Parts: sequence; C-alpha cells; structure tokens
Amino acid sequence: MNIIVCIKQVPDTTEVRINPETNTLIRDGVASIINPFDTYAIEEGLRLKERFGGKVTVITMGPPQAETALREAVSLGVDEAVLLSDRAFAGSDTLATSYALAMGIKKLGEVDVILCGKQAIDGDTAQVGPGIAIWLDMPQATYVKKIEDCKEESGKKVFRVHRMVEEGHEVLDVPLPCMLTVVKEINEPRMPSLKGMMRSKKAEIIKWSAADIQAEEENIGLDGSPTQVMRIFSPEQRKGGEMLHGEVHEIADRLQDVLKELI
Amino acid sequence: MDYLLTEEQIMVRDLARKIAQEKVKPIAAELDAKDEFSWPLMKLLAESDLFGVYIEEKYGGMGGGILELCLVTEELSRACGGIAVSYAASALGTDPIILMGTEEQKQKYLPDLASGRKIAAFGLTEPNAGSDAGAMECTAKKDGDHYILNGTKHFITNGGEAETYTIIAMTDKTKGSRGASAFILEKGMPGFTFGKKEDKMGIRPSATRELVFTDCKVPKANLLGKEGQGFILAMKTFDMSRPGVAAQALGIAQGALDLALEYSRQRQQFGRPICSFQGIKFMLADMAAQTEAARGLVYGVARMIDSGNTKVTKESAMAKMFASDTAMRVTTDAVQIYGGYGYMKEYPVEKFMRDAKITQIYEGTNQILRDVIANNLIKESLAASKK
Amino acid sequence: MAIEVIQQKCVGCALCLKSCPFAAIEMVNKVAVIKDNCVACGACIESCKFDAIILRKHDEGVLPEEEYADVWVFGEQKKSVIQSVVYELLGEGKKLAQKRGQKLAVVLLGDKGIEKQAQKLIQRGADKVYVVESPELKNYQDETYTCVLTKLIKDYKPEIVLTGATSIGRSLIPRVAVNLKTGLTADCTGLDIDEEKGLLLQTRPAFGGNIMATIICPHRRPQMATVRHKVMKEAQIDLKYKGEIIKIDAKDFCLSACAKLIDIIEAIEETINLTEADIIVSGGRGIGNPENFKLIEEFAKTIGAAVGASRATVDAGWIPYSHQVGQTGKTVCPKIYFACGISGQIQHLVGMQSADIIIAINKDPDAPIFKIATYGIVGDIFEVLPALIKKFKK
Repeated sequence: MNIIVCIKQVPDTTEVRINPETNTLIRDGVASIINPFDTYAIEEGLRLKERFGGKVTVITMGPPQAETALREAVSLGVDEAVLLSDRAFAGSDTLATSYALAMGIKKLGEVDVILCGKQAIDGDTAQVGPGIAIWLDMPQATYVKKIEDCKEESGKKVFRVHRMVEEGHEVLDVPLPCMLTVVKEINEPRMPSLKGMMRSKKAEIIKWSAADIQAEEENIGLDGSPTQVMRIFSPEQRKGGEMLHGEVHEIADRLQDVLKELI
Repeated sequence: MDYLLTEEQIMVRDLARKIAQEKVKPIAAELDAKDEFSWPLMKLLAESDLFGVYIEEKYGGMGGGILELCLVTEELSRACGGIAVSYAASALGTDPIILMGTEEQKQKYLPDLASGRKIAAFGLTEPNAGSDAGAMECTAKKDGDHYILNGTKHFITNGGEAETYTIIAMTDKTKGSRGASAFILEKGMPGFTFGKKEDKMGIRPSATRELVFTDCKVPKANLLGKEGQGFILAMKTFDMSRPGVAAQALGIAQGALDLALEYSRQRQQFGRPICSFQGIKFMLADMAAQTEAARGLVYGVARMIDSGNTKVTKESAMAKMFASDTAMRVTTDAVQIYGGYGYMKEYPVEKFMRDAKITQIYEGTNQILRDVIANNLIKESLAASKK
Repeated sequence: MAIEVIQQKCVGCALCLKSCPFAAIEMVNKVAVIKDNCVACGACIESCKFDAIILRKHDEGVLPEEEYADVWVFGEQKKSVIQSVVYELLGEGKKLAQKRGQKLAVVLLGDKGIEKQAQKLIQRGADKVYVVESPELKNYQDETYTCVLTKLIKDYKPEIVLTGATSIGRSLIPRVAVNLKTGLTADCTGLDIDEEKGLLLQTRPAFGGNIMATIICPHRRPQMATVRHKVMKEAQIDLKYKGEIIKIDAKDFCLSACAKLIDIIEAIEETINLTEADIIVSGGRGIGNPENFKLIEEFAKTIGAAVGASRATVDAGWIPYSHQVGQTGKTVCPKIYFACGISGQIQHLVGMQSADIIIAINKDPDAPIFKIATYGIVGDIFEVLPALIKKFKK
C-alpha cells in the first residue's frame, strides 16, 4: 500500500500573542512543531503500513526549514520524505497549497491513500485535504476516527471508515485511492525511537521545486491564491464585571438573586 | 551549565525528557496511588530504544555508556523516581553480564535486554544480609551440570517483573565473601518463585519483591565468571551502577526544584509572589547550587567509567552519596516552600520527598558509602606516603 | 503581489520582524529580507516607521467578465430538518445582500419532499430557494453534493456563497472552491462588505484565536466563506415574506459516487446538544481529576444545563471531545456560562465569550477568565458548587 501523509510545520500557536500596545505579534521563542493534528495522520500511516504492508511517504510544502518537520516524521518511522520548496510557492493560500501538494503527490506515482490531519492549528482551515482530493479526483472522508478494515470489492480495494459528525459518527465505504483527514480520536501517536532519530539525521530528504512537479505558474504562490490577508489585529476582549466576595452562602445568595429570572 | 554533551547524548537526553514530561509526568500521581508496576511505560521506553543506550551495538544497543544511562535515569526521575528505578534496576541486573559474561552469555541475554523486550534485576540483599553482604545465607551447590540454589533474596527491584536475574549465592560458605558466586537466572526456572511484594514509602510504581529459591536448578553454563568471584563482581557492579542511583537522586532533586520554583512564582502572600522574599530566594539558590554540584559529580564519574577507568569505587560512592543527600535536602526544602500545600498528597511535591529517601539507602547506605570513601582515602594516602 | 523592502530606506531596526505573523522576515546585513513563506498580509508595512516596506502589485488581476450577483447560503439539512446555522447565515446574508443591493438565495438539496422546507427559508428572508430533490441527496455525501453545488454555482453565478462551518460545510465547500478555482475563507466570525470596492470582508480567528485576520478575495468569484455556528444571530421569522422556489431537475446532475454511506450512528452520551444549550456548566483542569466531573454534572442537572469542558480536560481524557468548548471545540452562545476551574486561555475564550453572562469560579485570583467574567468568584469549586447546588435545589 502506498501511503502518503501530508504535514505542515506550524508555530506553536499557544504562544503567539499580539502586544496590545504596539499591535504587533509577540513571537519570541515560539517553536516550530509538526501540526499536532498531522501527528495522528503520520501515526495512522505507520499503522496502515504495519497492517497492510507498503511504504509511507510524508510530504510538505514550505520554506527550507520545514525540513526539520520532515526529519521528525522520519524519526517516527516514515520511509521517505518530500519537501516542496520554491520561492514561487510563497504566499500560497489553501487553493494553491492543495494544488502544489497534489502535483507533488502525482509525481510520486502510484498512491493508495492520502492522509491529512483534520486541520492545522495556525490556520484552522481544514481546506487543504479536501482540496487535494479534488485536484487528484479522489473520493474522500473527513474527520475519520477509525479505519476499520480494507476489503476487496469487485477488484477494488475499499476502506471502511468511521467519520465523526456533530451527532455521532457515520460509517462509510471509500474505494482506494482516497484522501482521508483524521481526528485525534483515531490513535495515540508513538514516540520517536533513538534508532529512528539516528536514521532521520542521515536520511535524504527529497526536495522538489515548482518546476520539478510541473506546477503551472498561475496555480501556485500568490498568483494561484485568490484570497489575501487584508489586515490582522488583536481580538476584542470582553470586559470583566464584578467580583463576588464574602462567605460561600452569601455568594450563592447573590448569584441566585441575579440569575433567578434566567434559571 | 554546559556539560559539553555530544550530539547523540543530547538526543538521548531530549528523547528521555520528552517521554518523561509527556507520558510519565501526567500519570505520576496515579501510578503512585495505584502502587502498580507500569508495563505500558516500560514498553514505551523499550520502543524508544532507551533500554539499550549503554549496551554495545553488536548486542543490539546504542553503543553509549554510563553517561547515557544517567541522562535517561535523571530525566525519568524528574517526572517519577519509581519509573526511573525500574529502568535503572534493569541496567543493574544487566551490568554483571556486561562485566563478566562470556561471549555466549552476552549473545544470549544482552540483545533482549538492550531492546527492552525483557528487563533484568539484580539479587544480592537478603533478610539477614543487608550492608553486611558477606553474611549471605543463600547457597548454590554444584550437582553435575547444575547448581542447586536454596535461600531467599529480598527487596529486589523489578522482582517478579524481570525475566533475567543476576543472583549472588554462596558456593563455599567456609570462604566467607570469597565463597560467593554469581549466576544468571531466568524467570520460570524450576524452584524459582516470588514471595512478598513490598508496600513502600516511595518509588511506588516500581516492583520490590522477594525471590525464593527452593532446590532451584541452574545450568552450569549460567555461572557468571568463576566460582568465588561473586562478591567481587557485585562490588564492580556497584561501581558501575551507583552513578545510576546518583542520577536518579539528581533527577528527583531537579524535579522538586522545578516544582518549587514554579510554585514560588505563583503563590502570593502579603500581596506578592513568595519568590520575592529573601527567605525563599536563599532556599532556591541553595537547592539549585547543590543540585548542579551533584550533576557535575555524577556526570564526571560516569565519564570516568566510560573512558575505561576501572578504579572508580571511591568516586562512584561519592556521587551516589552526595546526590542522594542532596535529593533529600532539596525535596524537603521544596515541600517547605509549598508550605501546607506541600504536605498534601493533592500536590505533587511530597512524592518527591518520599521518592528521595530510598536513594540514601539502597545500593549501599550512605553510611556504608562514607566508610568506603574513607577507606579508599586512607588506602591512597598510605600508598602515597610509602612512595 | 509581493512585499518588498526598499533597501535604501531600511535602517535595520527589526520592528518588522516582530510584526510578522509568519516569521517571514529576517535580517541580513542589517537589512530586512522577505523570505519565501511570506503571504503578503501587509502586517509589516504598518509596522515600518520608515516607509521602507511596500506592497508591489504586479498586475491588479481582473474580475471575470461575467456578471456575478446574489448572496447564496447552503441550506444544510439533516433528516430533512433545516439546521439552525442556516438561519444564522440567512440573518447575516441578508445584511450583505442589502449592502450589495442583491438578492438572498438558499440552495436546498435533499430527498424527495425537501421542497416543503423551502417556505421556512423564505420566512427567514430568502428571496429565492434553489431546490434539487433526489433520493441520492437524502443524506450529505461529499461527491454528490460537491457535484450539484459546483454546477449550480457555475450556472447561476452567485457573488457570495456562505456555508456553516460544520462537519458537512467544512468537508463540502473546500471541494467546491477548488472545482471553481476560487477563494474560500474558513470559520469566519465576522462578515461585512467593503463599501468602496464591494468586496466581502471575511474576518476569522487565527493562531488559536490569538489574532484576528480579515481576508478578501478580490479577483475571483464567487467569494466563499464558512461561518462558525452560534456566532451570528438567527434571522427573524417573517411569515409574510415572499420568495421564489426554483426547482431544478436532479437529472441535470451526475449523482453517482464512489464512496458509500453505510450507516449513521448517533452517539447516545450526548443528551444535550451543547451548542443549543441555554445554560452551560464547564469544567477545567482546576477540578483536579476526572471523577470531579460528577460534581459539575450534578450542578448542571440542578439548573438544567449542559456540561462543557476545556481543552485541557479533553486532552487528558477526562471527558469526551464532544463536550469541548473553544477554538478547536464548539463555539457556544448560552445565556449563562459557568466556568469552573477554567483558567481562561484565549483558545477557550473564543468559544464562549459571546455568552450573555459568564460566571467564573477559580482558586487563582489572577486567572485570565476573571478579566472577561460578568461575575467572578475566587474560591474553591468544591465549596462553591455544593453551596450553589443546595441553593438552586430549593
């Protein structure tokens, strides 16, 4: 089974803040990490390989330093890592990103399944996975929490998956090749191993430019990105109210008083 | 402080830290309350290749040394001393095989121990032979191709959980400590059973159990070294393993210091964080300096051993003694900084104090170690004056 | 379009480095250099006190020649019931349509008979309802819905398309957007029209809610956005409102799909839908351990509330994800929100700060939650909650 996992290197968002006085971002000491949701996709890729055999390839689009995210994936046991990096990709939005990743995956050859995290924590868009599925004309299942089995149906391999929806979950049969985005309920990512870390240090990362993947200029980077960020600003904070002091029963009295109309 | 670790050593330390902080720390209180050996965590350490950091590559290890072992033990202890000792005690059980095992014995046992598929334990202490190891009552009688073991070992860390045991028993009681021999035992050997499981003050997620030998038949091929070398092997093993206990104590001290520092910044009294009071500051400074001094000593001895130096008895004893006394002091002060909260089990810091105590006791009480250190000092001084 | 640094003007003050949300600027020989990961957001332009950073527009790009008009809302339905997020979208969509002087329309896909629901949409202000009925459209499925919505947009050319940021909306709309090669903004919390250019201004939280970004799609149409549930107010019901129902034959579409929906299993545990609840009692890490959710539940039961949770407790496995409130969980807008032992990290706040009344109970007087709480109680939840339970039981 040829398993592709798409990952993104993101800043550890819990640490990003806007300085309210200067209205600029405070990013000091913010580390770059693999998007946490993608770690579940990597783990599921490795588990699919353990269940059905094959090869796991991890792919990302980003600046040269995104290589560290790929090496981290290799330390977990991924077989091959591809970095799509080119000045021409700069400024890509989700449309252009999904196009570039789709072209990269095309160049990799035969694919059985593409795994993505449900969304990235910096943008929270959840758009790139479904976008890739359309560019490559594949069926998809989003928010997958379980890949139950893989069976043959009239000569085609089919995954039975469970996907999370608001009121519970859906069971779907998705023929391969397909694109799945996964939620954290699907597994518990493994820790890297020392041997994996040693291997990742020496591993060769495949680096492809826009030309290497035959990406059309109009579809990548700023030209291929219909959306633009017009401005960024600090979220408006709600104002604080009253602090209730005194003995617990006094506070309870007071609360009952103010809420009696509502409860 | 920069200890000029190699890239690989930093990798080992960071991986151990990641596992300790992400996987051990969140469940440390639960493990302590449950008083239960954690196989899931041992499996995790095994899958991350940490069990083999100090074992040669040809036996499936990572080819590092005692320093690597110490780095892992220290990081694990920062989260939980009990998990750390389960890990380090496997090394203690493995060390005799590394020191005196034949090529055949090494090929047979080391790969499983390096991968963590199996863990090891070391059995010397007996109910009536603690500090006075020479008073051992456990016997091994030669009988054709076998030795027949009879007796009891107690307070054995990893007892019952380990697959591989290195046991010291008397082959010739008339010779005293020179009549002791070492054996490799496997769980399940006929006549090898387990007794009482101890209910401990600290390091509760580690298994401490009695080993009982009743006409236990051990093949001759499992004798480690020669007959009569058992006691020397035990002493050499301690030379190698005491930095590990020291690293455990060091990690416990560091973990308690981390907590105390964080708490002192958050806790407000008299309208300001308590870390702004001189009384607390002085305590924090002393705790940090003592911990760092212990670290310097521990890493120094570990490096001495890794460079091939075999005369490390005195230094090894110093590291263990100093680090464990430091751990006791630092954890006690950490509880003090937490005040009343520190005494409550709801807060994590009292566990560090309970975990620290044992490090002053096992693998040679600190009183015995002072004796060892002083004896070596006097011996060296004598030798120097004769020149 | 690209950000450029005028080297002669740059003094190397490095102010722009701090302003860049994407770490896309570095200092080389004391001059700012724009790196590859720049997305041309322009944050640095404002930060530069020396006017050394400019946004160079290569070519303005031209809008498609065809006329695009109307604001569309995707009429999400489950079991033929219109989902409440659709009414929220209609409320917001109406304002946008009025500002643009255009019509508001809904696309309603479903099983035979779904047309009956169209009147409800008109009563909420829809001028047009496009209806496609077919057994294949009974339940949402990625491929069939993508195909129908793509074709409808191509045929009727709306200027704006809005969808709820639900699991359906977020699976469907990125597919449609790629088919149409147009822009899509996810998870918006604010929508408006730029009066000068008539563009849709799409505002959304980014970086876990730490910053807000306004996004535009200047040169392609339609402009598409998903909108968070419970952020916008529902459209009022107007029984007299007149609208047109436009039925389109399902035969016009390719309704075959590779992936097959086998079953829908509803979770039993979720007795109260969190997003719809009027009162929510949430527990955070401050409750100490998973067992203490029982106290939260008891209080919730006493006052008829739903139980919510912070990300920390969900991550620790104390309570299922379906209870999570916040950026990566649910956005809620109850009348009363009790935050028990929740410190109030920004990613939690973005999910609940539009509640009418927020009551925070926390041991730590400096917990950020108190900065936004209507009523703050510094105290032990194990004392306060039992007292409240006793009080409200009476």
